[in-house]
Amino acid sequence: MSTIIAYFKGIGQGLNTLWTGMKVTGYYFFHARKEIITMQYPDNRDTLKIPERFRGRVVMLHDQNNEHACNGCTMCEMACPNGSIKIITDKILNPETGKAVRIIDKHIYHFSMCTLCNLCVQACPSNALAMDNSYENSVYDRSELTFVLNQPGSKIRDNVKD
Amino acid sequence: MNAIYDFSILTGGIHERLSGLMSPTAVMITEMVIIGTLLIVFVALMGLVLVLAERKVAAFFQLRLGPNRVGPWGSLQTLADFLKLLTKELITTKSADKFLYNLAPFIVMLTPFLALGVIPFAPGLQIMDMNIGVFFITAVSSMGVLGILIGGWASNNKYSLIGGMRSAAMVVSYELSVTLAIMTMVIMTESLSLSEIIASQSDGWWIIKGHIPALIAFLLYLTASTAETNRGPFDLAEAESELTAGFHTEYGGIKFAFFFLSEFVNMLVVASIATILFFGGWMPFHLPFEWAVGFNHIMDFIPGIVWGFGKVTFVIFLMMWFRWTFPRLRIDQILNLEWKYLLPMNLVNFLLMALIALSGFYL
Amino acid sequence: MQAELISKDGTQEYFVNMGPQHPSTHGVLRLVLTLDGEIIKRVEPHIGYVHRSIEKMAEFDTYKQIIHLTDRMDYLSAHMNNEAVALLVENALEIEVSDRVKVIRTIMSELTRLASHQLWWGVMGMDMGAITTFLYAFRDREMINDIMEETTGARLTMNYNTPGGVMFDLHPNFQKQVKEFIKIFKTKLPEYDELLSGNIIFTERTKGIGKLSLADAISFGVTGPSGRASGFACDVRKTNPYSAYDRVNFTEILLVEGDAYARYKARIFEMWESISIIDQLIDNIPEGVIMAPMKAIVKLPKGEFYQRVETARGELGVFVVSDGNKTPYRVKFRSPGFSNLSVLDHISRGHKIADLVAIMSTLDLVIPDIDR
Repeated sequence: MSTIIAYFKGIGQGLNTLWTGMKVTGYYFFHARKEIITMQYPDNRDTLKIPERFRGRVVMLHDQNNEHACNGCTMCEMACPNGSIKIITDKILNPETGKAVRIIDKHIYHFSMCTLCNLCVQACPSNALAMDNSYENSVYDRSELTFVLNQPGSKIRDNVKD
Repeated sequence: MNAIYDFSILTGGIHERLSGLMSPTAVMITEMVIIGTLLIVFVALMGLVLVLAERKVAAFFQLRLGPNRVGPWGSLQTLADFLKLLTKELITTKSADKFLYNLAPFIVMLTPFLALGVIPFAPGLQIMDMNIGVFFITAVSSMGVLGILIGGWASNNKYSLIGGMRSAAMVVSYELSVTLAIMTMVIMTESLSLSEIIASQSDGWWIIKGHIPALIAFLLYLTASTAETNRGPFDLAEAESELTAGFHTEYGGIKFAFFFLSEFVNMLVVASIATILFFGGWMPFHLPFEWAVGFNHIMDFIPGIVWGFGKVTFVIFLMMWFRWTFPRLRIDQILNLEWKYLLPMNLVNFLLMALIALSGFYL
Repeated sequence: MQAELISKDGTQEYFVNMGPQHPSTHGVLRLVLTLDGEIIKRVEPHIGYVHRSIEKMAEFDTYKQIIHLTDRMDYLSAHMNNEAVALLVENALEIEVSDRVKVIRTIMSELTRLASHQLWWGVMGMDMGAITTFLYAFRDREMINDIMEETTGARLTMNYNTPGGVMFDLHPNFQKQVKEFIKIFKTKLPEYDELLSGNIIFTERTKGIGKLSLADAISFGVTGPSGRASGFACDVRKTNPYSAYDRVNFTEILLVEGDAYARYKARIFEMWESISIIDQLIDNIPEGVIMAPMKAIVKLPKGEFYQRVETARGELGVFVVSDGNKTPYRVKFRSPGFSNLSVLDHISRGHKIADLVAIMSTLDLVIPDIDR
């Protein structure tokens, strides 16, 4: 007799646990309007909030005079674990002192190799680099992922130390 | 019952019109062609609707939106999917048994077609009123597993074979419970004809009139028929996380669509049978009391087709609810459930129902 | 080869390749199964499909640069992996980081652990056939990812730790956000129990499956929740406390059954413990610098160094041999996934294919962690 009771008790408890689960999913089904969490991504681009620290890709900061703070010390190039930064430097003569001064010709950034580890930004002594919040960075050709970070015609800011 | 909702007026009218035009043999052939075409269109349409419904329901259970890009509310999504599957190349894998491999999808698709032939969806909306309709459906619905087994075997894929074998073991066992649950109700209805079963519920549905045994029979039928249609939590033959896609791993394009569609049409068939046996098919909701005449009369004004499909939708929703809540059972547990729980309970329930029927203790 | 496959009664063993592309191996793990019908006779894991030679690459990177590689090992406990290398360098150079850094690291570790366990729970449900759990788990995990993104700038591969501290200070919203998350998640976690833990189908499928004895757990080196479910007291947070773990109260989850259900329960209990740890720390994050003074180029003294941390999957050990240069001479990661995988064959013999899926998900394998 006790085995029969246990048999039916087992069935009852089993059904109860199933009903408990169904209640949870049932709640969400009937409260779908409130609970749905889907973000319809490409449509909500305008309302999308990207945190200001989000690491999209490396950029060089330029001010309104098209001046940057990079003096070509190659600290970022050395800090980069993947070799995605290559700096081509040039030397010009400072007209005041007559000494040769190192400036950057091209700050080349291979985004295709970058792991967005932020080490270059940390390494930069003059805060010339930063991470921007861009997303949707995919392109059709790999060559399009190679950027020259210093803008054409830009030059180094005066107060940047060597 | 309101006569204006009876489809036999429409079908009878068409029959008379045709009879005036041609010989009786030609009339029969024309009618058969019309019915066949309508059935195919109906199955295709229901397949599309049910697939969309499943995806939407699943999405709401899972806090998603579901298909919403093609057409308003994603209503054309399944059509787009279907067209895409249609345009795909038909591949027969190199080591497959070519004849059986190509045959299996058709066998799977044939079963719901045959079963739908005897199901009344609304008054007069029935292709053939067999006097052994219940028996016919039970016989025909076991054929579906043949297609799954053939597909699993002929694919010559190890996953498919395991899936096919699982399905065979499962359906053969669960067929017993489905039939017994149906038989339990047949005791009450005293007829094997589906239209007579519905007619016997004109004063109230069997799930209300049949006391607790009818409720138990409904639960047993729901469980067993979910298993028979290979749906979750009994989707062992497919078992995505174990066997990738089970018996239809090697199928693609429209052949896959056949397997996929048959699952949904099968669901429609078993839901219709459940509706007919327990909820009175297209019969409006009636209370078997003297004072409820007015209420019964109001209920009659809702057309039978609305009642029929409304109740089918409810049963299908229950099956979807199960699928999107429960984890999958293991093969030995599934057989345990059948042989240790469902079958003994069914037999006891059958006996109980027989006693109730003999003692006349029902409304 | 062919001859020995055929047994005396003329039957052949049934070989099935599970993976490298298979829905339940969660990555590119290849299991060669020998089956007898549905019964598993042997499981042979073949690994290396995502081998990226992280250990060798680490030999050419400075100690600061190694950290970003560890993100890509066990990507679900990226923060703990980072912390292991950072702690190793700090201990080797005998740098004392500020209390603030310690507490931040602890909170971040526990948040990562929560996120990892949430994902595991969802995937576990999906492996068992209950797909809905996956979406519920991701809903909750999203909140943690948002918190992470706000403070560290990335959602998964955070690279937040550096030797000597952390990269950024906490975001002003951090405390508020974490408290809100904890409040919401405390109401959502019981749902996990209602949906899976109590469900009769789930319990029937996991209880008594894949039993791992304490002796086996120790000899195979199964750590983390999987090992603790067999009663192996291997929580590094208790045995070798690091960061702020010595100043918080939490219980080490120890269960005795050692089956799949115990491993499942251990992780659910661990989520509650993580919540309690965060609760204790979030209101009193001490002030201080986030970066201890470090030389620009970190050079470890000559010698061998070992640091262990408790990741979401178990004990991660980092072993570094230094020859005094700015790059290590040799790096070895003792990854928890690799040891946990090694026990798979032992505990899944005699079970069914469906059980193998359950056992694999309760071992919580992350394939890049195994292959490195």
